[in-house]
Amino acid sequence: MMDDSTQGDDAPTRMERLSAVRPRLLAFARLHLRDAALAEDAVQDALMAAIEKDASFAGRSGYETWVFGILKYKILDSLRAQKRQGKLMPLEDEGDDEAIDRQFQHNGRWQEEARPSSWGEPEAVFESERFWQVFDACLIALPDSAARVFSLRELMGLSTAEICQALEIRENNCWVILHRARLRLRACLEKGWLKEGTT
Amino acid sequence: MMMCRQATRLMSLRQDRKLSLGEALSLRMHLAMCGACRQCDRQFTLLHEAGRRRADSLFASRSDRE
Repeated sequence: MMDDSTQGDDAPTRMERLSAVRPRLLAFARLHLRDAALAEDAVQDALMAAIEKDASFAGRSGYETWVFGILKYKILDSLRAQKRQGKLMPLEDEGDDEAIDRQFQHNGRWQEEARPSSWGEPEAVFESERFWQVFDACLIALPDSAARVFSLRELMGLSTAEICQALEIRENNCWVILHRARLRLRACLEKGWLKEGTT
Repeated sequence: MMMCRQATRLMSLRQDRKLSLGEALSLRMHLAMCGACRQCDRQFTLLHEAGRRRADSLFASRSDRE
């Protein structure tokens, strides 16, 4: 596993593997940073770090997983830098609750047309290609701050404490944002994926 | 008594931290009575798992797939 530029010819070189994984790194960075140029920068930084730190790759995890781990930190760095420069929209400001208000009656019960229905067995859901298409589309359709916090939490697997620290928000805000993001996502998935079988 | 909207707050919260005993009890009571919220709770859990798998599928070492 500790091969470097002087390895045999049959295995793809590290450089080849890096350029192969690059589009996926970019897709992931875009999802979080929502800005093509910033995503490009973060991926560039991650690739440079991967090349520089090549010797420290221990081979315990897959190489691509290791590079992905580096990218996570570069994305967080980028968010922190944006925050410092005041470029990051304050997360509290997306007070538009309309998409969620629509799911509930005034008394707090579900609206009839928004009542959650069964999605079936999770394993069957995860095997559906269509589910993943709609999942991605719904994620992209989220408001910026909801998408950012949701993907930091659920795709990057950071704790809400870590997210708050990076974005300098109160943990309570994080929970409110995640609650809204999940309600929006579930409604979007149900509309886009589950109900399409009936149309 | 807790309504569905507040119940979804606790369902979301428990994906992120451990609920207090009081929170867990009131959520459990609500779920026992409300089928729609039981579905919502499953959906939040599924979203949590979906996020993990999405990240895995993007970044698992599958150089043979490229």
